[in-house]
Amino acid sequence: MEKNTSCFFSNSSPNLVITCFVAFITIILVRFLYVIYRTGKPLNKRTPQQTLSTLIVLGSGGHTAEMINLLLVLQKDRFTPRFYIAAATDNMSLQKARVFENSLVDSGAKGISAEFMQIYRSREVGQSYVTSVWTTLVATAHALWLMIKIRPQVILCNGPGTCIPLCVIAFIFKVVGIRWSSIFYVESIARVKRLSLSGLLLYKLQIADQFFVQWPQLQRKYPRARYVGCLM
Amino acid sequence: MGEARDGVKVKRVVFVTVGTTCFDALVKVADSQEVKDELYRRGYTDLLIQMGRGSYLPIKSTGDDGSLAVDYFTFSSSIADYLRSASLVISHAGSGSIFETLQLGKPLIVVVNEDLMDNHQSELAEELAERKHLYCARPLTLHQTIAGMDLNSLVPYSPGDATPVAKLINRFLGFPEES
Repeated sequence: MEKNTSCFFSNSSPNLVITCFVAFITIILVRFLYVIYRTGKPLNKRTPQQTLSTLIVLGSGGHTAEMINLLLVLQKDRFTPRFYIAAATDNMSLQKARVFENSLVDSGAKGISAEFMQIYRSREVGQSYVTSVWTTLVATAHALWLMIKIRPQVILCNGPGTCIPLCVIAFIFKVVGIRWSSIFYVESIARVKRLSLSGLLLYKLQIADQFFVQWPQLQRKYPRARYVGCLM
Repeated sequence: MGEARDGVKVKRVVFVTVGTTCFDALVKVADSQEVKDELYRRGYTDLLIQMGRGSYLPIKSTGDDGSLAVDYFTFSSSIADYLRSASLVISHAGSGSIFETLQLGKPLIVVVNEDLMDNHQSELAEELAERKHLYCARPLTLHQTIAGMDLNSLVPYSPGDATPVAKLINRFLGFPEES
């Protein structure tokens, strides 16, 4: 008897495994193509009172200043709760974000609905590209952990390398069906003729739902980008 | 610094800033006799250098001997006040420093750091210089730029506007066009 059952299993279980595997791959592929198709398409209409959890990626240099400039004109009661992420070695950005959120409370908002987090950096400025492979993997694992916790509906980023692992994971979440995040990328005002590396990656891989540039030269060079003029 | 002259001479401060970077080339050239003489000739009285992470230390001077008064510091949590009290700003090409200065309506010379690899910063400085919002220089040509600058020819920079992007984001997310 046992010999028979083991024969039965040893005959059909490879087939079963293969069938499951092929089915799994097919589902992923179909989802993948669906996400590619759906990326960049506006969402369905919603009521003005609905809220969307928002992930805001900050960066050293002018990035955070530019991001706060954008946040000033976004409706705070719509894009809430807000999650700010900055690189672990960036000391100033989260502080600037905290000051910004505090100023909202001062001007009458109900309370702070914001969280501030740090993430390992994929690559330090000037770091060799060889060692960057390892640090990017570590950063991606950390990003995965944070994204599972946050699962944002909206992602705002404007250039720092920290946004790449987060946006790639957001894309994977779309494929797997964990969360549909609308990804908005605004290339930095400092980029006049050439895109940053982050911008180039997100543009070529078509991961961002909307890709904005601040100078007309870039719009001519990258036709799928939307020119929105200078934000600063 | 210059207390004895306060009642007689108006203070015209040149503020040099390198932001959070290390830009010894700019600090050094700003502290050079050539540049200081040129600034003094153009009617400035004080030179204040924010030197960031650099290692070159300028030489402080009270300016009592009929030259530029020189002072420096490394960092400040906000340079807005220094920008506001300056008559001329000489800045590295960081976009934050550039726009903070332009939005305050201060005359600006941007000095591009040629030691930076893949220097994208120069794109912004050159574009804004082309539009006559500021002067663009390299450390070695700074004194020439100061000698030849005509601040009245600079075009004021009108602040940008983030509302078009906000509108597009809201529309994409399905929110109604709003009041």
